[in-house]
Amino acid sequence: MPVNTDKQGTSYSLPRPYEVSREAVAEFALATNAKADYHFDTEAATALGYHDVVAPTTFAVIIAQKSEAAYISDPESGVDFSKVVHGSEQFSITRPIVAGDSLDATTHVDGVRASGGNAMITTRTEITDAAEQPVVTVSSTIVVRGDGE
Amino acid sequence: MSVTDFSQLTIGDTVVEAEIPLSRASLVDYAGASGDHNPIHWSERFATEVGLEGVIAHGMLSMAVVIAPIVEWIGDPGAIVDYRTRFSAPVLVPDAESGTPATPTATLSMTAVVGAVDGAVGTARIDVTVKSGDQDVLSRTQIRVSR
Repeated sequence: MPVNTDKQGTSYSLPRPYEVSREAVAEFALATNAKADYHFDTEAATALGYHDVVAPTTFAVIIAQKSEAAYISDPESGVDFSKVVHGSEQFSITRPIVAGDSLDATTHVDGVRASGGNAMITTRTEITDAAEQPVVTVSSTIVVRGDGE
Repeated sequence: MSVTDFSQLTIGDTVVEAEIPLSRASLVDYAGASGDHNPIHWSERFATEVGLEGVIAHGMLSMAVVIAPIVEWIGDPGAIVDYRTRFSAPVLVPDAESGTPATPTATLSMTAVVGAVDGAVGTARIDVTVKSGDQDVLSRTQIRVSR
């Protein structure tokens, strides 16, 4: 089944908030060469003015990809995940994510179009905190190879 | 910890350079930490079946390891207000021929240059090039910082 262009303009949300743990922050920091002490040590983070350990810059991708997965795995989206390659990514950051955050996410399917023999899909995931304040917006473009028909 | 004084920056200054080794173990660690378990990042058979030359790094792993030393240089993780890139070429990460799978088999070469600066307002744009060998693997990579 080709990519379904009727999905443009639809939205998908996480079923429940993503709870940010110190362990998840430390594991992501270790996996991405983020060596600063404020990723691991609460005292170092509070000395900089944060409530708890600070997540690395791209940590939000964990939450964004969980939210995007609701769209990509929707049988009606027509996206064959084995043909997906990542085109671009952008983080527009209001504030850093810290341990203890409870984050909601909604992915907006902004664009679904054929491009050459491929399909190009742009999504925008708005991540907000428990006070419903914006934290970060993650914009992503994926290309579904050989699926432009 | 010292925090970079943007008023001391000049457009064109190279502010951070780094050689970042990647191994097959790096990809498995990132898969676990990020929740991105796509098998093109760990299964040679699957990667070649879907038309790749072999196992490739997560684009988001490259994006993450590139900004880490830049954030360290800035000194405040809260100064980053925007980070964007395009994934222009895959980074092949073969299994090491012998020994531990943590043996690096690919290297990212990163150079961060001041692209714009407004010392009075306290903002700057850092432009980053990221190569694997001679090839640009990320393109139009920009970091906007503010305090």
